[in-house]
Amino acid sequence: MKTSWRLLLLPVAVFVAAVAVAAVVIALSGSPPLPALAAWWEGAVSAPGALPESLLNATPLLFTGLAVAVGLLAGQFNIGVEGQLLMGALASAWVGFAVSGLPAPLHALLALLVGALVGGVWGWIPGILKAWRGAHEVITTIMMNYIAIYLTQYLVTKVWKDPNSMSPQTPEALPSAWLPILVGDTRLSVGLLLALATALVLWYLLKRTVWGYELRAVGANAEAARAAGVRVSRVIWGSMALSGAIGGLAGAVEVLGVHHRYYDQFSPGYGFDGIAVALLGNNHPLGAVLAALVFGAMKNGAVYMQSVTVPAVPREITTVVQAVVIFFLAAIRFQRRSG
Amino acid sequence: MGEVFDIELFRSALRLATPLALAAMGGILSERSGVVNIGLEGQMLMGAFVGWAAAVALGSGWLGVLCGVAAGVLLGFLHALLTQRFRADHVVSGMAVNLLSAGLTVFLLRRFFERPPSASGVPNWSLQWLQPIPLLGGLLSNQSPFVLLMLVLPFALHGLLYHTMWGLRVRAAGESARKSRLAGINVVSIRYRCVMLSGALAALAGTYLSLSQLNVFTEGMSAGKGFIALAAVIFGRWTPLGATAAALGFGFLDALQQRLQGETLFGMRVPSELLLSLPYLLTIVALAGLVGRSTPPEDLGRQEEGE
Repeated sequence: MKTSWRLLLLPVAVFVAAVAVAAVVIALSGSPPLPALAAWWEGAVSAPGALPESLLNATPLLFTGLAVAVGLLAGQFNIGVEGQLLMGALASAWVGFAVSGLPAPLHALLALLVGALVGGVWGWIPGILKAWRGAHEVITTIMMNYIAIYLTQYLVTKVWKDPNSMSPQTPEALPSAWLPILVGDTRLSVGLLLALATALVLWYLLKRTVWGYELRAVGANAEAARAAGVRVSRVIWGSMALSGAIGGLAGAVEVLGVHHRYYDQFSPGYGFDGIAVALLGNNHPLGAVLAALVFGAMKNGAVYMQSVTVPAVPREITTVVQAVVIFFLAAIRFQRRSG
Repeated sequence: MGEVFDIELFRSALRLATPLALAAMGGILSERSGVVNIGLEGQMLMGAFVGWAAAVALGSGWLGVLCGVAAGVLLGFLHALLTQRFRADHVVSGMAVNLLSAGLTVFLLRRFFERPPSASGVPNWSLQWLQPIPLLGGLLSNQSPFVLLMLVLPFALHGLLYHTMWGLRVRAAGESARKSRLAGINVVSIRYRCVMLSGALAALAGTYLSLSQLNVFTEGMSAGKGFIALAAVIFGRWTPLGATAAALGFGFLDALQQRLQGETLFGMRVPSELLLSLPYLLTIVALAGLVGRSTPPEDLGRQEEGE
């Protein structure tokens, strides 16, 4: 019981410290920090309609946080979640507008499945290159991100572009592929439930199955796992594929639940947010749920803060908070291990 | 055809290769000393912003460059502190550098510059006396001094790394930190210096972006160039000359892509996205050893045990 409290206390302390750093940055930039913080909180939690919008913001972060966490647990640093998300999003958008004649739940399910599949393939490629050829996944996933950016850009501007629009976007998905709205009068779709279900399934997989045990064993010590008879290379590409599939799902849910189409540069970097979510959640699926909620609310609140403060405090301060969180956690990990 | 491959294409290739090669030299310094630096992208972006903002405030392009480079040194110090003093994972710390720069530059831009003004930049050097020389004159006269630096620096770094004691120590720190320490080399201090220099060079590349052509900073201006620089490091097998050659090749692809907008090459329409993604594709191929394997320094990114 004691240790689990400490597990929770550390991330909370780190997050509060990071927000304090942000407050200092806001103060240094010449804005009064306390009213800004108050507006931030209000926009995240207490303003009318704030909570469902915060949950909406948390949804992609939960997916990408889980994607990064699965990789890290297997000892793989998947920086390519952003690319996997873009590929999954575009693939699901294509199923949404190009496949017709399917009834409502089936069409959406198919689109989600294809999104996860394509994202999974995009994660599997660096995984198999690592397992077979020893190519470092950090570099290959960074490169795969940019290949995904250019490939989706090409497809959405030259191949699947909406003929009725000037902007680089696909046609709108058929309503049968849309994810149903969860609470009337909000933009919150069942995507949130899918994200929570993914966290639960993942938690079960990791803690209660042989496969999950092997995955964590490889992450803890690949050599020892190999000696114990675990097929390490299979775990490496398997975990990368699973990580990519969850990333693809993140994109699919954004497309099918919120935008109903793919448009170029729709992701403000959800894949990279996932790194902060996974680290703050201590690579635990349920920890990721809490971290995604916190970061999602923070992002949502910052939009409100920007709109009500004079002069406006730019909402990009949230990215600074995430960076500081990562710095703190990266530094503290060592202290804990050696101390 | 004849209209595509003219001297202007190669001049523009040199210009586009410049930030890649400069940042790649930084990447080599850091990585040869044993520290992974995927923060090049963020250091470049921060250099671009601080350089431009300082040039606006101080009214001098070169002072802007100086301030930009100082910001890069600071970010390098942060990365060194995290990875050496606190033994943070190099990739995690590098990603945090990237996030910090992405967030802070836009935050400051939006907060202080409603309409980003044009700064006084670093003017081109005319180098009239070069002009009579065939090819060289056409390529190098009236270019930014950064372009000339990009062509000289790799040789200097090559000399430094392979023909001085300091370079030997740097490479030793990257190949085997433990043995280096036993040989009396202060590995941590070498890494601090290399990573800070790395930040300086990446930021220098950034100031070239914001102070050499339009003299304006735009959001996310580095646009992945720091990562292409990293690709050039890998493609050039962690050597200054190899990485510069790779950067020149990548710069040429970019120039070609810009030239080919709406035109045909050998009778074919080549999507610009294909040419733009080639550096990334080629790097994956090189890293996977499909065409001659690219192997990093032995102790790259590895934490030293003990003390």
